[in-house]
Amino acid sequence: MSEQVSRVVVRFAGDSGDGMQLTGGRFGADAARQGNDIVTLPDYPAEIRAPQGSLNGVSSFQVHFADVDIVTPGDDLDVLVAMNPAALKVHLPSLRRGGVLITDTAEYTRRNLSHAGYSSNPLTDGSLDQWQLVDLDLTSITSDAVQEFGLGRKTVSRSRNMLALGLVSWLYSRDLTPTRQWIRQRFSDNPRVRDANLAALQGGWNYGENTETFVVRYEVAPAGQSPGRYRQISGSQALALGLIAASHLSGLPLFLGAYPITPASDLLHELAKRKSFGVHTFQAEDEIAAVGAALGASFGGSLGVCTTSGPGFALKQEMINLAVMTELPLVVIDVQRAGPSTGMPTKTEQGDLLQALWGRNGESPVPVIAPQSPADCFDAAIEASRIALTSRTPVVLLADAYLANGSEPWLIPQIAELRPIDPNFARPPAEGGVFEPYRRDPATLDRPWAIPGTPGLEHRLGGLEKQDGLGNISYDPENHDKMVRLRAEHIARIPVPDAIWDDPSDAARVVVVGWGSSWGAITAAVRRVRQMGLPIAQVQVRHLNPLPANLGVLLRRGHRVIVPEVNLGQLSTVLRAKYLVDAQPWSRVRGRPLSVTELTEHLLQQVEEAQSDQ
Amino acid sequence: MTSEQTRDPGDGLSGVPLAVTPLNRKDFTSDQEVRWCPGCGDYAILSAVQSLLPGLGILRENTVVISGIGCASRFPYYVNSYGMHSIHGRALTIATGLAITRPDLAIMIATGDGDALSIGANHLIHTLRRNVNLTVLLFNNRIYGLTKGQYSPTSELGKVTRSSPLGSVDTPVNAVSLALGAEATFVARSIDSDRSHLTGVLRAAFEHRGTSLVEIYQNCPIFNDGAWDDLTSPDSDGVIELRQGAPITTPSGRLGVISGDDGSLQLAPINEVGLDRVLVHDAHREDPTQAFALSRLTDSGRVKRSPIGIFRQVSRPTFDDLGRQQLAVAAGDAARPTDQSVQALLAGESTWVLA
Repeated sequence: MSEQVSRVVVRFAGDSGDGMQLTGGRFGADAARQGNDIVTLPDYPAEIRAPQGSLNGVSSFQVHFADVDIVTPGDDLDVLVAMNPAALKVHLPSLRRGGVLITDTAEYTRRNLSHAGYSSNPLTDGSLDQWQLVDLDLTSITSDAVQEFGLGRKTVSRSRNMLALGLVSWLYSRDLTPTRQWIRQRFSDNPRVRDANLAALQGGWNYGENTETFVVRYEVAPAGQSPGRYRQISGSQALALGLIAASHLSGLPLFLGAYPITPASDLLHELAKRKSFGVHTFQAEDEIAAVGAALGASFGGSLGVCTTSGPGFALKQEMINLAVMTELPLVVIDVQRAGPSTGMPTKTEQGDLLQALWGRNGESPVPVIAPQSPADCFDAAIEASRIALTSRTPVVLLADAYLANGSEPWLIPQIAELRPIDPNFARPPAEGGVFEPYRRDPATLDRPWAIPGTPGLEHRLGGLEKQDGLGNISYDPENHDKMVRLRAEHIARIPVPDAIWDDPSDAARVVVVGWGSSWGAITAAVRRVRQMGLPIAQVQVRHLNPLPANLGVLLRRGHRVIVPEVNLGQLSTVLRAKYLVDAQPWSRVRGRPLSVTELTEHLLQQVEEAQSDQ
Repeated sequence: MTSEQTRDPGDGLSGVPLAVTPLNRKDFTSDQEVRWCPGCGDYAILSAVQSLLPGLGILRENTVVISGIGCASRFPYYVNSYGMHSIHGRALTIATGLAITRPDLAIMIATGDGDALSIGANHLIHTLRRNVNLTVLLFNNRIYGLTKGQYSPTSELGKVTRSSPLGSVDTPVNAVSLALGAEATFVARSIDSDRSHLTGVLRAAFEHRGTSLVEIYQNCPIFNDGAWDDLTSPDSDGVIELRQGAPITTPSGRLGVISGDDGSLQLAPINEVGLDRVLVHDAHREDPTQAFALSRLTDSGRVKRSPIGIFRQVSRPTFDDLGRQQLAVAAGDAARPTDQSVQALLAGESTWVLA
């Protein structure tokens, strides 16, 4: 018996060594390939090798797949695969009542139970009665499935994840062919492990098929996505590809200065592989050297980029300010993580907005842009590079751990259709002409970018205040006042698209304003409110500086303004200061994306209150 | 105008275009008024550099001076080429990014004892070990001048300054010893007041491929006047000049450097030990042990004795050359990425088509 469902959330959870990231990633990739829309959320411990079976060592990978367009990894799980008691303990609260719980009974030893903090065995004490418990001895089923390959116990145990994958694949009527191909490729140099994994995968499938463990099977039909060629892409990959695309579009070599930091290191890894595209990656001795080298490369006419996360971003601020003063291009990507200080390095947060806007000494305006989904990181990276190169300014791109690690299907763009970027280097002056490095374009206020090696444009830049036009050192009070204003006006004039007011009902009395990755949770919550027949408007602020020119008008139309953020109200502070509107923050700072369920409840309440105010 | 003439690939300036029309000192002098204090040793260093640069034969527009913060760091403003007066301690980081991406530039860093050995010491160590093709001029006046006279990381123990009224309790660092410990391939020392020695050392530094560190003893007449007088006064016999292939002796020829019984280097009267026992200087030794031992002959308190010259000059592939080679090998015949190659990269290894 097979039943159609619209969307499903599955989470694979187990010990760090159980291969959960691999299993979840594989399941998501297959769903995307079969035409579902998907959003994934990996969650892993900061400890590389936490004690086996401990709560700290639990690693998980969540896949949300659907026959419709979806925007979040999902809140409540339909299926939880918990490979051991610790995984059960950590993740059971996310499983919806009546959801499927698949777990390996062999792992419920007295030792593991006590590691996970269970005083009695949950499999037998009745505490799991409200869920569909599928308790299997995965270990011995796997062992039976792979016995002909004569592998050791440890290797057999490592194949348990493939057995679980086979079983969940059967449950959702997934085609195993692509996963089989993937296993063959991945383990091509180790035929025994390859065959064991193939057998385990098939074993899981067969178990679903032959036993009556599950009363029904489910099917999730393909989503009606735009036709075209797709790939699966994570935010880190999309940022890396966006930077390479920007390098290609501008004809400038890409230089990345970086220091390893979670969760931004994947960007360094992605770009370090791309030397054949002229990408120079420099692993610096510290965060400051990384941004310094990027600025040096920019000075020389490259696309200088540095990637980091919150603590590293803090260290870079003085160098970013030098880029503000010298008005040189620089792209700074901050993959935000939970702070302050070291905080929770692998967990997501939107805590660095005010640092990006105001975290430097003096009046230091910097364009800030925030992508809203993993695939959107591609466009945001090109946009940040375009602004940096054409307006000669450092630009901050605020991604976060969720965006960087999360992934979704991506309709691959045509590079030939993307708009080129013109760096418009200054050319040698006519004979006898004097070069003025701070002579600005009257419309944009951009200054010329003259790179070393160009005869006749020799000049000196630096962090000291510049004389307007000539660019010599100046302590003149009126000149400083003028330059402070010019720098502010220069950034304020950077063209950014108007904000879009999304209210199909045209009757909303509440508007939800978001930025960055909380777009997903906000969009999902807004959809739920609308599905209940209630009107609500949504605005996504992609450009945090300069803000869209129409934003003030939109927010002053008398609506109740709600600003959900994974911080204590940073965008709402900006909106209140800038527009004198009563923007109300809604904050959850748990190191995870906002909960759609909770946000929906809050929005429903707001909509009801706003209507009764009428 | 560039010339077709090329330099030896192992030369620090190879890759930098040569000037066809000879340049002169004036070409490298900017229109900015020099604003160091009267009598500052920096004037002599600037003058030596401005005189030397035309002689290197390279194009002015391919010469870049980068500095950090401090009195020495005003240097770029006075050299009429490209330059950046950056932030405290970080000149080397900026220079590294520039050197990697622009092998056609001759890049010089002007820094001081505070800038390079305190706030920027980390970058100095890592730049030296990487051997980025840069020339570093470290002006050592043993004091913080720009901030008006606090003790610096090279100030002698017990130094009384405004921030150490009872005497500094900081043990000073020896720039040459530090550089040698950081795997530097070119380490030298000179003195602001000895123009011809300084020019010779600087020329060798520019021509060395890799990071060249030149420590320059420089006098601050305002906050640490006479810091080097005990060394440079006419009656001193403390300037031990290191000359390639020559016995290492004091100016009078009375004392020579010998290897002591405990393995350390010592000064001994030549008429007692004999000239045969005096070490002959060889900066090209791969093993830095002897160069390090020579660096330890410098006094750490008031300096009455110190070797000057090139301590170490060895050849090692540079960081930027190696990095560029990796890119060239990876790119193969493809000079530049094309729309097709970028499009293939965007698609990656696994795609699917939805109708």
